Amino acid sequence: MFIPHTKAETAQMLESIGVKSIEDLFSVVPKIFRFPNLNLPTGVTEMEVLSEMKDYAAANETVEDLICFLGAGAYHHYIPAAVDMLLRRGEFYTAYTPYQPEISQGTLQAVFEFQTLIANLTGMDVSNASHYDGATATAEAGIMAYHNYRGKRPKILLSGSVNPHNREVLCSYLCGFENIEIETAGLENPLQTSPDELIRLVDEDTSLVVVQYPDFFGRIFDLSRLANEVHSKGAMLAVVANPTALGLLKTPGEFGADIVVGEGQPLGIPLSYGGPYLGFFSTKKEYVRKIAGRLVGETVDAKGNRGYVLTLTAREQHIRREKSTSNICSNQGLMALAATIYLSLLGKNGLKQVANLCYQKTHYAAKKINELPGFKVHDEQPFFHEFVVDCPIEAKIVNERLLENQILGGYELEKSYPGLGRSLLIAVTEMNTVEEIDYLVNSLAEVSHA
Amino acid sequence: MKTLENLKYTKSDEWVLVEGNIATVGVTDYAQDQLSDVVFVEITVDVDDSIKKQSHIATIESVKAAADVNSPVSGKIIEINQALANTPEQVNTDPFGAAWMIKLEISAPAELAELMSAKEYEDFCSTRSH
Repeated sequence: MFIPHTKAETAQMLESIGVKSIEDLFSVVPKIFRFPNLNLPTGVTEMEVLSEMKDYAAANETVEDLICFLGAGAYHHYIPAAVDMLLRRGEFYTAYTPYQPEISQGTLQAVFEFQTLIANLTGMDVSNASHYDGATATAEAGIMAYHNYRGKRPKILLSGSVNPHNREVLCSYLCGFENIEIETAGLENPLQTSPDELIRLVDEDTSLVVVQYPDFFGRIFDLSRLANEVHSKGAMLAVVANPTALGLLKTPGEFGADIVVGEGQPLGIPLSYGGPYLGFFSTKKEYVRKIAGRLVGETVDAKGNRGYVLTLTAREQHIRREKSTSNICSNQGLMALAATIYLSLLGKNGLKQVANLCYQKTHYAAKKINELPGFKVHDEQPFFHEFVVDCPIEAKIVNERLLENQILGGYELEKSYPGLGRSLLIAVTEMNTVEEIDYLVNSLAEVSHA
Repeated sequence: MKTLENLKYTKSDEWVLVEGNIATVGVTDYAQDQLSDVVFVEITVDVDDSIKKQSHIATIESVKAAADVNSPVSGKIIEINQALANTPEQVNTDPFGAAWMIKLEISAPAELAELMSAKEYEDFCSTRSH
């Protein structure tokens, strides 16, 4: 609760720092900027405001209005109605882990279930209580690896086919670290570069290698050789994984990943113009004290009943602020709960079914598009629910024409990869019907004729 | 609390065993008693590191607290107790023996004079409030 100062308190504080009035504190700001004339229109009624806001809202075009083939890190999936229903219950409705966590056993149990689900899904020993989004979780992997070697291995090697947002956030988080060196490989020819080509760049100075699975272009690579080579140099491997894909594919844990992170949005969280999303982070047991953020553990109370607690908190910044390695001491509670409910509703087979639908529909779309004259799908490598297609004309123009047909086209790769001006990254999920895919294919055919 | 006559002590509860120019470092019986059950020990330096007096060499985590261990003397690390990571409870059961943390080659022997004897350390501990 916010309690304002009384006049007497304010006067006392002003006196103690030797100024007469609050206005004196702002004397360095030129007077004309202190109380600018904002030239605002006269006030309007609530009714009028609502009407105007509705008009603004109606100007948005969403995946409810358009047929969506856009992914590139955020995906349009079906969210069972029960997710929102349970999520909005008053008992759960808080964004973070509570400040007196142990009194909120339901919240802690939900976080514990989330951790268990993520650990199982990624094939790792332990998961934390979540991060803000996939990009910040990726950055935490970099921070953890850097501190694991106590700064003695300054190099972090990123694959160019890791989501550009994740790479940028990792750089924002880490570029101020002492001696850090962030190297990105394969940006020149990303579509011709496989993870194994990172191997020759791993050396004794490398703390972490980061790859994405499936990669930003939707491609699936076997990461076991890379994992072995990274380990033989004494470094760690982080895999940025798509959680839906893990319903179908071998887990990064089976490849030997040391850290698995990713964007949890596909697990029951709406696109919502980019957030709030959910980062997940899992690792091997040996690193449990190195991970950032909250960790919930299961225990028994004095009577022997099962209970949940925040555990291993001694490593955290609110206990040992000056020695902490990350400033994160919270989690993305509500979104983690959404993912937990989503995964619980779908179950192992349900998630596999979603993943399989995505896979089959994507491959149907890729096959049809590849048959169009002038279009070339990059199908040299197995792919999951996204693929790159080279168009006969600029991808930007293709998207403009698709939008005229009420289709939200793929991601224009030139935005992140100069030189790929004709390449679109197309995502297909279980939400796309065969009719929609056929409509996309026909629309693309018109584009190439035009 | 237990002390050993042949060791030197710091106010931050480390002990040093000096043999020639080699120093072995650990934490005292008093320290382990204050920490209660130790669940984790991480030695944060490596062999061949040159460290200064007061450098952070290890972190101990107990069910009650986390504490830093600092080196009482300057020198070059020649050995670290790798086994302790898997048996952190030895800090409680054998603080002056099996729970040694690092060995180093002393580079500034004059620093040893600043350390306390067993008697001085006992007197120091008896003045501390719990």
